[in-house]
Amino acid sequence: MGDLNVKNIILEIISIVAPDADLSNVKSDVRLRDQLEMDSMDFLDIVMELRKRYKIEVPKEDYPRLASLDSCVEYLSPKFAALSPV
Amino acid sequence: MIGADRIVITGVGLTSPNGNSLDEFRHNLLAGVSGVSSMETRFMGKVLAGICDFDEQRYQSRKDRRRGTRAGAISIFCANEAVRFAEIDPAGIDRTRVGTFIGITEHGTVETENEIDAIRQYDYDTRFWSHHHNPRTVANNPAGEVTVNMGLPGPHYTIGAACAAGNAGLIQGVQMLRLGEVDIAIAGGVSEAIHSFGIFASFASQDALAHNDDPAKACRPFDTGRNGIVVSEGGCLFVLERMDDAKKRGAPIIAEVVGYAMNSDANDPVLPDPQRIAECMTLAIERAGIEPGDVNIVSTHATATEIGDTQEAAAVRQVFGDFPNVYVNNTKSFIGHAMGAAGALELAGNLGSFRDGVVHATINVDDLDPRCEIRNLVMNESREIGKSDYILNSSFGMLGINSAVIVKRFER
Repeated sequence: MGDLNVKNIILEIISIVAPDADLSNVKSDVRLRDQLEMDSMDFLDIVMELRKRYKIEVPKEDYPRLASLDSCVEYLSPKFAALSPV
Repeated sequence: MIGADRIVITGVGLTSPNGNSLDEFRHNLLAGVSGVSSMETRFMGKVLAGICDFDEQRYQSRKDRRRGTRAGAISIFCANEAVRFAEIDPAGIDRTRVGTFIGITEHGTVETENEIDAIRQYDYDTRFWSHHHNPRTVANNPAGEVTVNMGLPGPHYTIGAACAAGNAGLIQGVQMLRLGEVDIAIAGGVSEAIHSFGIFASFASQDALAHNDDPAKACRPFDTGRNGIVVSEGGCLFVLERMDDAKKRGAPIIAEVVGYAMNSDANDPVLPDPQRIAECMTLAIERAGIEPGDVNIVSTHATATEIGDTQEAAAVRQVFGDFPNVYVNNTKSFIGHAMGAAGALELAGNLGSFRDGVVHATINVDDLDPRCEIRNLVMNESREIGKSDYILNSSFGMLGINSAVIVKRFER
């Protein structure tokens, strides 16, 4: 799965978790918390959506790796790739 | 009683199945407009219910609504509307002196059913149970959501009082003002009950769930054709202040809370006790410093169950039977049983009588149960009585909890 797709998946999940947020200009390299009104419960929502939609588990020690879109791509791309059919 | 101990209502915020403001609610009660409709509920299909259609986003972001509960959303709407009604400038008050006291019949049932249904889709794997479940289901949730939404650092909690909760919330607000714990109380009751299939199913198993081809005809207190309760959601929160404070700031005083009482049947979990109900009303009247004959409107609790209606009618006859100027009505016949909100909504629905001198009716009484005959029971059509000075509002609930609140017309 390409970087763009992973970004879009995360943005789509954020649009559900934080439906009032303006996602039109989210910077990939900036922490999501620093540009959107998001707190720890929102990140737990993102973890839950990844579990529900893609059966992807994010262990607690890896939560910091969901900090920005770029870090999400870096961390989640291998997990999404592992889901893809060979 | 000195002015500092006299408590007045200066604001009302409400959502009911037939109105989202005090004026709209009053208009529809006088016009005989029912708010009962039908809805689909989990496992049970179509049921009759009182459904509210207020604007959840008026005071709450979509994200906060998603995180919270329907009871919280109802509370937030009602609290904001009540404060606006009371013409309180949020910047001009000490927010630490504002208390939020909300009566609830139950809380957490809706959210728990939703979570179980959600994990059912994952073979009951609890890893899919939401981390929002605990903040949604703690018993203080509806009141706590108000304080978070409005930025109110004063005390908040809910009062679990079955279907007496609307009165109980208001009473708690009065008491906290008299104790000097708060200067402004946001108090009343709310219910999200229609979103729980369990509440419908339990009433159905008790043979106490209303059914009727015409939803508007379904809730029939005192009528021989009644067949049970219409479950409703709703909310009604009052702004309460000490009379001295309210006068000082030129608040729009609606009424004075002059008496209240709560007691317990202490004998059966479900069946009401007319003697204890009569004692509760009598105690409220004594505390108000009036006589039963001074009361102009008795707002009954009757839910359209045979045992409840007949027992309450007996109690009303015992306390008020000989007095010619006491009129009796029932608001559930319009909106169903709004559970934790019922007492507060039913009081609010009658407040307009202080202005218009009219008693709204008990609708759907086509064939009055002889056991429910009460002198001056206002049936099917509103009745002009000229002047209304005192309203007694009754609310009772399971486990034998009884409440009565008396409010008085405010003369400037």
